[in-house]
Amino acid sequence: MAKLWNNYRYLILRRFTQISLMVLYFGANAWGWTLLQGNLSSSMILNTVPMSDPYAALQMLAAGAILSLDLLIGVGVATLFYLLIGGRAFCSWVCPINIITDAANFLRRKLEIDRVQGVKQPASRNLRYWILALSLIISFAMGVTAFEFISPISMVHRGIIFGLGFGWAAMLIIFLFDLFVLKNGWCGHICPLGAFYSILGKFSLFRVHHLEENCTLCMKCKDVCPEHQVLHMIGKKSLPVLSGECTNCARCIEVCDDDALEFSIRKFIQDKKRESNNENDK
Amino acid sequence: MSENRPKNKKQPISDRRRFILNMARGVGIATMGGFVWSAYIDEVTASELLLRPPGALKEEDFLKTCIKCGLCVEACPYDTLLLAKPGDNKPLGTPYFVPRDIPCYMCPDIPCVPVCPTGALDEASVTTDGVLDINVADMGLAVVDDESCIAFWGIQCDACYRACPLLGKAITIEYQKNDRTGKHAFMKPIVHSDACTGCGLCERACVTEKPAIFILPRETVTGKAGDYYIKGWDKEDEKRLENATEIKTKTELSKDSAIDSLNSGMEDLY
Repeated sequence: MAKLWNNYRYLILRRFTQISLMVLYFGANAWGWTLLQGNLSSSMILNTVPMSDPYAALQMLAAGAILSLDLLIGVGVATLFYLLIGGRAFCSWVCPINIITDAANFLRRKLEIDRVQGVKQPASRNLRYWILALSLIISFAMGVTAFEFISPISMVHRGIIFGLGFGWAAMLIIFLFDLFVLKNGWCGHICPLGAFYSILGKFSLFRVHHLEENCTLCMKCKDVCPEHQVLHMIGKKSLPVLSGECTNCARCIEVCDDDALEFSIRKFIQDKKRESNNENDK
Repeated sequence: MSENRPKNKKQPISDRRRFILNMARGVGIATMGGFVWSAYIDEVTASELLLRPPGALKEEDFLKTCIKCGLCVEACPYDTLLLAKPGDNKPLGTPYFVPRDIPCYMCPDIPCVPVCPTGALDEASVTTDGVLDINVADMGLAVVDDESCIAFWGIQCDACYRACPLLGKAITIEYQKNDRTGKHAFMKPIVHSDACTGCGLCERACVTEKPAIFILPRETVTGKAGDYYIKGWDKEDEKRLENATEIKTKTELSKDSAIDSLNSGMEDLY
């Protein structure tokens, strides 16, 4: 039991946060709870603190909408929050799509689909930054928030709160796409919201840190990581994970049997200093 | 990617060629994706016959500004407002209502409007003298189908008139002699577009199987006379002529005689 907790503690906590946030949102609509109203696009905490999706606001700006003060405050709160805990912490701790893509990825590992499909991935992970840019161009050209009208994230979390409609089809499409077409396809290659939070996350304080002296090169962490390119330093150098693409999901920490990975703020700051002293590492 | 391309020549692809091809590929894929995406957006935002919550901006601006958070839906005490789901064939995630199911009950404090974080529901548009005023809301306009309205048949029914929250202002009853019987009156409901808020209580109350009075977006059901026509009997309207400038056009008269014009052009027939 203790081992189970040790190996899955962050996963359990993440599922707990993801599901309880959805329950709170659902309760706000169904039973009038006021702890957390709205949805992930824009919410109101305890009728006082607004929180709004900064990427949606960026699209609105591109579309030519006038941004209200309430919205700007909400965007500020959300931006500060994710700057602190890690940009893509949204992806692994809040976003409901993460449950679907994690399930697809889990099945992919269990069924060993990679061995059938070959190792070569047919698309670059930088695709998402192109899609991010494209979404802003389309928002500008069409005068509507381009991604908000196709976003399966909004479709699913709105579906949970306000009624799903055909939203289940979007969930299934993403699941099948990630399972059979592209490994980490949605979250790791396409999602422009994730790309936005990756950029934001470059500056965040909360980091996973690698201790090279403990590492036995088992590579369990890289195997389980949905963004394995961020773990390029494993077994080579004691470094924090500096890429904004890390979702702070902490799966690497819990699968590591040798205490070679941990969460840290302090070490990150130290290493930031050390890094600026010798610039030869990536 | 380009490593996998079949090589026609023996020598490897030059860096310059690879760079240019990769750029072209990126631009091409982005253009393709961009057009598919835009086409989809254009289709899904095309729905016009949609009733928005009170205070909503013009549809074009509303689609820009609404962040699809559903706070207005949650604030509505009557569950009138809905968020468009996939499959509803309406702009995804935006709020709307179906008056025949649940109309807008026109709460005096308009709870759905102040909660809007983006101003897509504009408080100023439903405010009179600094106080929220639902009576100036414009969600749509009631339209009567006089073929299916039983009051137009001569049957006495004033369900819509009684249901109207702006009783006697938005709908009035017009009396007219029923020549068929010679001793009864038609009591026809007449909608006044300057007062109607489009709340839909009349549509909800209508007794016919499919409502004979229903709400449509104002844009859809109103015409426009344009600037060319001036009401000569209206002093205010006539003022528009004060600064009018003259545009003279001259059409050259035909020099042919009228009879010739009637007889010409038939040469081909003979």
